[in-house]
Amino acid sequence: MQKTLHINVDDCTGCYQCVLACSDEHDKSFNPMKSRIQVFKFEDEGRFVPYTCTQCDEAWCQKACPTDAISVDANGAKVVSDALCVGCKVCTIACPFGTVNYNASSGKVIKCDLCGGDPACAKACPTDAITFVNADTAQFDKMRNWAGKTDAGTQQSA
Amino acid sequence: MVRADFVIVGAGPAAIAAAETLRKTEPDKSIALISRENIPPYSRMALPYVLTGQIDQNGTYLRKGQNYYKDRDIKIYHATVTSIDAGQKLLHLESGASLGYGKLLIATGASPVKPPLPGLDLPGVEHCWTLDDAKAIADRAGDGANIVLMGAGFIGCIILEALVACSAKLTVVEAEDRMVPRMMNTTAGNLLKRWCEKKGMTILTSTRVTGLSDVDGKLKVDMDNGQSQIADLVVVATGVKANIDFIAGTDIEVNDGIKIDHHMQSNVEDIYAAGDCAEGRDFSTGYWSVHAIQPTATEHGHIAALNMTGRIAYYKGSLNMNVLDTAGLISSSFGQWQGVEGGETTESLDAENSRYTHLAFEGDRLVGALTLGRTENIGILRGLIQSRTKLGVWKDRLMKNPNRIAESYIANTQL
Ligand SMILES: Cc1cc2nc3c(=O)[nH]c(=O)nc-3n(C[C@H](O)[C@H](O)[C@H](O)COP(=O)(O)OP(=O)(O)OC[C@H]3O[C@@H](n4cnc5c(N)ncnc54)[C@H](O)[C@@H]3O)c2cc1C
Ligand code: SF4
Ligand code: SF4
Repeated sequence: MQKTLHINVDDCTGCYQCVLACSDEHDKSFNPMKSRIQVFKFEDEGRFVPYTCTQCDEAWCQKACPTDAISVDANGAKVVSDALCVGCKVCTIACPFGTVNYNASSGKVIKCDLCGGDPACAKACPTDAITFVNADTAQFDKMRNWAGKTDAGTQQSA
Repeated sequence: MVRADFVIVGAGPAAIAAAETLRKTEPDKSIALISRENIPPYSRMALPYVLTGQIDQNGTYLRKGQNYYKDRDIKIYHATVTSIDAGQKLLHLESGASLGYGKLLIATGASPVKPPLPGLDLPGVEHCWTLDDAKAIADRAGDGANIVLMGAGFIGCIILEALVACSAKLTVVEAEDRMVPRMMNTTAGNLLKRWCEKKGMTILTSTRVTGLSDVDGKLKVDMDNGQSQIADLVVVATGVKANIDFIAGTDIEVNDGIKIDHHMQSNVEDIYAAGDCAEGRDFSTGYWSVHAIQPTATEHGHIAALNMTGRIAYYKGSLNMNVLDTAGLISSSFGQWQGVEGGETTESLDAENSRYTHLAFEGDRLVGALTLGRTENIGILRGLIQSRTKLGVWKDRLMKNPNRIAESYIANTQL
């Protein structure tokens, strides 16, 4: 069974543990700029929203890549190969969620790779606002609905 | 005579996206690709990185596995198509051979055109369009070489980045009053120009090259400002033209490219077109337009393939969008950044740090954007535009502070 990150916005207290865990896991640093998950703060509403790639089915990033640098791994994660990525940034404008980002220090792009099947953000979250669960039980529903609206292409009918 | 159920002319990103979708949806039908370039399918977009030495030829291949196409039973022929017989459903090749098709996809891309000026056939004058071009440029663009780049459009500016990385001395000559005029307004174009000048380039806008001549083995570039420049290499990036000469004699409707409907089909039955050679629907305007960009090529190819198999896939249109890295200054543009009639625009400018965000709205929907010096969550601009998200209260917040793009989207979708 494929697993997916599930984010429950209501449970997020804005502690940023996920952000730190992600940058530590991928960059050996505690640097929010190097994290592939972000937490957005909404002052007026007093709310926090953790935000990252949904590993969407359409994978706009992968389709747009000119060098075959983005592939799907065994966990269904769309992963960037540093060896193949030339840093053209086309994927960063192609992804309608803005969840693949350019990293100027490496000259390549970074995105969530589900940590090879054991996401550090979910482990670090003290309130279970981020969990790693079976794909069919929970999805990024809001984001996925929205993805349907975005699709440049198909409104398929038989 | 050879015949395939699906024949694709071309082996660029549009063709490969189509071939993959065809194979996925029709496992048992025959698929043939025809390319006039005698190498595996590759990506033009990767050429600048060949120039800089970041990747080799293999790095430009659109798919990396040695037997990728063979394993999927996608046949690739290296040949040039010279004409189509739409009645007999036949392609004629330069070799004299012919190939029959059930459904045909034309994905032949475009080729650069040289302006009609004296001296453009001299050695040392190159385009940057094919792998061979990139190699020819690399040969002459060594350390300290003097290079004149004709044209500072999108492709010109992409090559510019690579030429600078080769440590060449670069002069850019652009006829219009700013760099990348189709992607940037005056503010952004001028910021970019100043940035390039700070990096040591000479940027001549509102200037035209009038001709080239050979002076002791070097190229003398004459310009309409009365000046001239001696160069080791002149790179011409002044425009392109769709590769569709071979459709002459058919009834296929053509404007700047082959006119295609929402299903990527031309006006001639069973003939489809995709990518740089196709004039498809523009998502923003609803009119036809050639968007000569990679994401459009792959979307076109995918949707064309679905329709070729008899599935009905409707394409809402392509969004014109670009991202550029010019010697470290990253810019992007989306959709109708110029604004629309009756709409509003807003901007925030930090000239000192070369940061600029310009947004265009129609009612409370985003219809276009232009940015300099920012990369965070940039794709959200595409998402907001193409989903036609109603921004509600966030429209005013963005009017006041256009940099709150990501928040505006997340608040509308996640809260
Ligand atoms: C240097 C450079 C940098 C670029 N950078 C970017 C970028 O950063 N972002 C972006 O979005 N776009 C970029 N582009 C544009 C992008 O590469 C094109 O939009 C894309 O390649 C279009 O794909 P296509 O499949 O339509 O055509 P092409 O890639 O041009 O492929 C056309 C194919 O058709 C074949 N062909 C043509 N005529 C015939 C014939 N008569 N018979 C047989 N075969 C034929 C050719 O050999 C080729 O295989 C860049 C282009 C260049 C040149
Ligand atoms: S980065 Fe964007 S396009 Fe790519 S898989 Fe994630 S959400 Fe989809
Ligand atoms: S930046 Fe890298 S991963 Fe993204 S499209 Fe370009 S080459 Fe592919």
